[in-house]
Amino acid sequence: MSILVYIEQDQGKIKGSSLEAVSYAAGLSELQGGDVNVLGLGSIEAEEWNKVGGAGANAIYHIGDERLDQGVILAHADAIAKVFEKVGATTLVLAKSSLGDAVAARLAVKLGAGLVSNVVGLPDLSNGFVVKRSIFTGKAFADTSIDTENKILAVKKNIHPIKTDGGEAKVESLDLTISEENFVAKITGAEKAEGEILLPEADVVVSGGRGLKGPENWNMIEELADSLNAAKGCSKPVSDLGWRPHHEHVGQTGVKVAPTLYVAVAISGAIQHLAGVNASKYIVVINNDPDAPFFKAADYGIVGDAFDVVPKLTQAIKALK
Amino acid sequence: MKILVCITHVPDTTSKIQFTDNNTQLDKKGVQFIIGPYDDYALARAVELKAETSGNITVLNVGEVETEPTLRKALAIGADEAVRINAAPKDAFFVAKQIANYAKDKAFDLILMGRESIDFNGGMVHGMVGELLGMPSMSPVMKLEIEGDKGKLSREIEGGKEFIEVDLPFIAGCQEPIAEWKIPNMRGIMSARTKPLSVIEPAEEAERTAVNSYEMPPAKGAVKLVDNVDQLVDLLKNDAKIL
Ligand SMILES: Cc1cc2nc3c(=O)[nH]c(=O)nc-3n(C[C@H](O)[C@H](O)[C@H](O)COP(=O)(O)OP(=O)(O)OC[C@H]3O[C@@H](n4cnc5c(N)ncnc54)[C@H](O)[C@@H]3O)c2cc1C
Ligand SMILES: Nc1ncnc2c1ncn2[C@@H]1O[C@H](COP(=O)(O)O)[C@@H](O)[C@H]1O
Repeated sequence: MSILVYIEQDQGKIKGSSLEAVSYAAGLSELQGGDVNVLGLGSIEAEEWNKVGGAGANAIYHIGDERLDQGVILAHADAIAKVFEKVGATTLVLAKSSLGDAVAARLAVKLGAGLVSNVVGLPDLSNGFVVKRSIFTGKAFADTSIDTENKILAVKKNIHPIKTDGGEAKVESLDLTISEENFVAKITGAEKAEGEILLPEADVVVSGGRGLKGPENWNMIEELADSLNAAKGCSKPVSDLGWRPHHEHVGQTGVKVAPTLYVAVAISGAIQHLAGVNASKYIVVINNDPDAPFFKAADYGIVGDAFDVVPKLTQAIKALK
Repeated sequence: MKILVCITHVPDTTSKIQFTDNNTQLDKKGVQFIIGPYDDYALARAVELKAETSGNITVLNVGEVETEPTLRKALAIGADEAVRINAAPKDAFFVAKQIANYAKDKAFDLILMGRESIDFNGGMVHGMVGELLGMPSMSPVMKLEIEGDKGKLSREIEGGKEFIEVDLPFIAGCQEPIAEWKIPNMRGIMSARTKPLSVIEPAEEAERTAVNSYEMPPAKGAVKLVDNVDQLVDLLKNDAKIL
């Protein structure tokens, strides 16, 4: 019945969504028993492990192979499969992400496991193993049963509280050999915004739309985002027009976010945009058109000119601190 | 170059999603079905690559007879032949098995899919097919060039992208801006009628997961509109308690 959690790191730090996955696994272990084993790959800062213990891990395994710092899909899947067997796990838990998905799919085949993605809660074990997942990009849910002995759950962000009161867990360094054939797809380089809050991980997101008229007006979005310690997002036309990089594009065909607070500035609220933000806890809309569809999906709204409202909002938030 | 493009047949992104039969079936009444938007990117890139390398495109769907108009549309956009594996897509693993069974002895140089289906949003089928066929699988791919027998691609990662080089054959789950969606022209629509669409019976495969029932999210309360930022900050602080 033991559980294995695969955690992801970003520049040596364990991702918040992965700590959430560990806490989810701890919740699962309370329901069905079994230890929570955690596997981290690549270079991870030593102090980071305390958080993993706090989140509810009973045992931690680490493969420090530097080739695993990057998300080499085949190599990660291979390493996880080996550790899954080693610890005698029957359930693999991981955070949904672009790497997590790619790895989980390959593992479903390797482990003969039933895989459910976009999981939004702990399973109901009263009649088999039934877990709720989000479908139709957040427009609905499906109660899904897994019929295989081995199971994989890819957990959506912000659906389970992150525990901090777990005990200390011992870190065991594993000396597993990941064979060369897992590196046939060579990562030759990367472009990554340094020091920015990752959009899919962010707790607060400030997004701007085409109503902002041009990239030169993004200063005020940046300042508002900074004041809220938020990640920046945008609508699809904004990234299509090249005003902002593609990885900031939120929605059906972009990043799906699940922050506590989503602030939408001069975005109309087309259904495809809403599909990427409907998992947000609170939505604030700033738009000069009172009939903008986004207001129907919002918790709070201001009908007004973004060029007037946003700087004032930034000031007011800064004044609080 | 021989390219396989796997497409889904899914409700248009503007569809209102509802369920019938005691919340066990999608209510298809009034719903317009389309090629999944990500699959449409995959197909568009395939059409461009075909023009560059004088290749051949097979488009495949695992679905029942209702999906044939969607396959015909893919033919009109530029695929050369269509294959329908005649089964309701039970779960990602079932679909992946059918695709792998079909592709395993056809020597495709490249298999393109969408990053995810927009009904079940799994983002899983490409990885599963990759593992079943022993091929590398990359997703979400935003750029894909073929140089000789090598693919050069960029994959979106959180906060940026990474560049990958990999030998053919491989599988890519595609997303924008890999190519611009292509709209079928009159000639395409005419020729699509006579291009081959073959129906293959599915291999017997058990699914591993099953949907017991569907559920709608709780209705959202009405928006609280305010006149100025002080009131907004007050709500964020005292109502939502997030500042
Ligand atoms: C298959 C498909 C997938 C798609 N996927 C996505 C997706 O993932 N993400 C996405 O965002 N879109 C997506 N779209 C596009 C979507 O349909 C909309 O076209 C898009 O979201 C509109 O972006 P926008 O709101 O920024 O621009 P607009 O629709 O141009 O809206 C601009 C808004 O700004 C307001 N405004 C203007 N000036 C001001 C001002 N001074 N102050 C305040 N407000 C102002 C206007 O009232 C208006 O509401 C998709 C479309 C399709 C067909
Ligand atoms: N029933 C199907 N028939 C053909 N291809 C499919 C089917 N379902 C999924 N795919 C392909 O797999 C991709 C990922 O789907 P999913 O794993 O369901 O998100 C889709 O974008 C399609 O390219």
